[in-house]
Amino acid sequence: MRAARHAAPATLPIGSDADLAWVRQQVRQAAAELGFGLVQQTKLVTAASELARNTLVHGGGGQVRITPLDTGQSQGLRLDFVDSGPGIRDLEQAMTDGYTSGGGLGLGLSGAKRLVHEFEVDSRPGEGTTVTVTAWATPVSPSRPGPP
Amino acid sequence: MQVSVSVSVSVSEENAEQEPAAQQVSAFLERRREQIAQRWADAALFRTVFTVSRDEAVEAGRAVAAALAAVAASGRLDDIRASGFEAVRDQLGRMAASRARTGIDPDGVAREVAALREPAAELLRAEFEDPNGPEALECVVALTVLMGTLRLVVMETAVSASEELIARQREQLHEVATPVIKLWESTVAVPLIGTLDSARSQVVMESLLDAIVAERARYAILDITGVPTVDSLVAQHLMKTVAAARLMGAECIVSGIRPAIAQTIVHLGIDLGTVLTRGSLADALAYALSRQGVGIGPVAPAGTAPAADAGVR
Repeated sequence: MRAARHAAPATLPIGSDADLAWVRQQVRQAAAELGFGLVQQTKLVTAASELARNTLVHGGGGQVRITPLDTGQSQGLRLDFVDSGPGIRDLEQAMTDGYTSGGGLGLGLSGAKRLVHEFEVDSRPGEGTTVTVTAWATPVSPSRPGPP
Repeated sequence: MQVSVSVSVSVSEENAEQEPAAQQVSAFLERRREQIAQRWADAALFRTVFTVSRDEAVEAGRAVAAALAAVAASGRLDDIRASGFEAVRDQLGRMAASRARTGIDPDGVAREVAALREPAAELLRAEFEDPNGPEALECVVALTVLMGTLRLVVMETAVSASEELIARQREQLHEVATPVIKLWESTVAVPLIGTLDSARSQVVMESLLDAIVAERARYAILDITGVPTVDSLVAQHLMKTVAAARLMGAECIVSGIRPAIAQTIVHLGIDLGTVLTRGSLADALAYALSRQGVGIGPVAPAGTAPAADAGVR
């Protein structure tokens, strides 16, 4: 029953605070199944929590699609947060640490970006916003020097 | 017997020369209540709920049959709000709940309720000279509608019972999960557990501030060992609570920050510089005690060392 979900994408609604808790739990579980370490799990779940709250508060609700990735060498998890809210007018400003339009700390977008490996925002004013983040269980670090 | 006007009119128009089917079914349910109850007592639903004695099951079956007779008499065969059901709603809810507790899923319960129809229909058909005649069929159809409504009542009762339970548990969670503990003179602690959303953090702040007043606390420890995710909103709630406690004259210490959480907070860019933090609740307590001039150490065996070595101060 659960095993079938392992490699399959799942879509969860984001419409209330209770949904946020459910998203966090499902992301944590998916990350754990893919072999994410505790720190990686915590980072991704925290990023998911920030972005899901953005979807709820600024986008007026929406959904998240959780997609497990497998490149053969590494396992990853992609999360697409989709809303059809007002969109982000000034993306550069929205990505600035400390800028907030909702009374928060202003770390949602910028902080989430620092917690994942890949980060992409696609926002059209009046149509909605899609934020896509990807994290890998064993990050490929090209800068790592080889053995001497 | 009360007869609902609109229904009785439409039914009697169709069967001008005979008693409406609903009334016949009602009369049948009254007349054969004992036999129906006996048969139902052997059906899965009653048998598995009333395991102690068969008499109990028969008694429950009688009550349900009487309720159905009352509903049929009122002519509201397909109305789950029919007053007759009120009498058995509680009992049906308990039966559905007890089946749910034993691990049977809702459609299992629905199937068990549906299985009550056939024994009653069989008795009903036997009442007629021609069991396949139009009159008999009409009565069986009426009974089928009635039993379908019963099934809905059972499901609805079970669902609303579990909704009530969930609402109650949610309330309890708000209350239970935020105990304020007095650790020492003028030192209180709140072990935070689970999701710290806006509603929860409001409860935490209120109960902590109340405790600071009640215990005349100088030190308040917020332990977040049990909080799985600290995002910017949770951090903001923590900082607000700390600031409010400070306004009340208490120093706040946040403890229980695990390594993974610490790394995440740093990457997220949250500045907790203004908040006093300690790794564990024990460290936070030790800090609060030392600030009050209380030291804790091993007690020296009597007569071997002077009291000054006991670790005080």
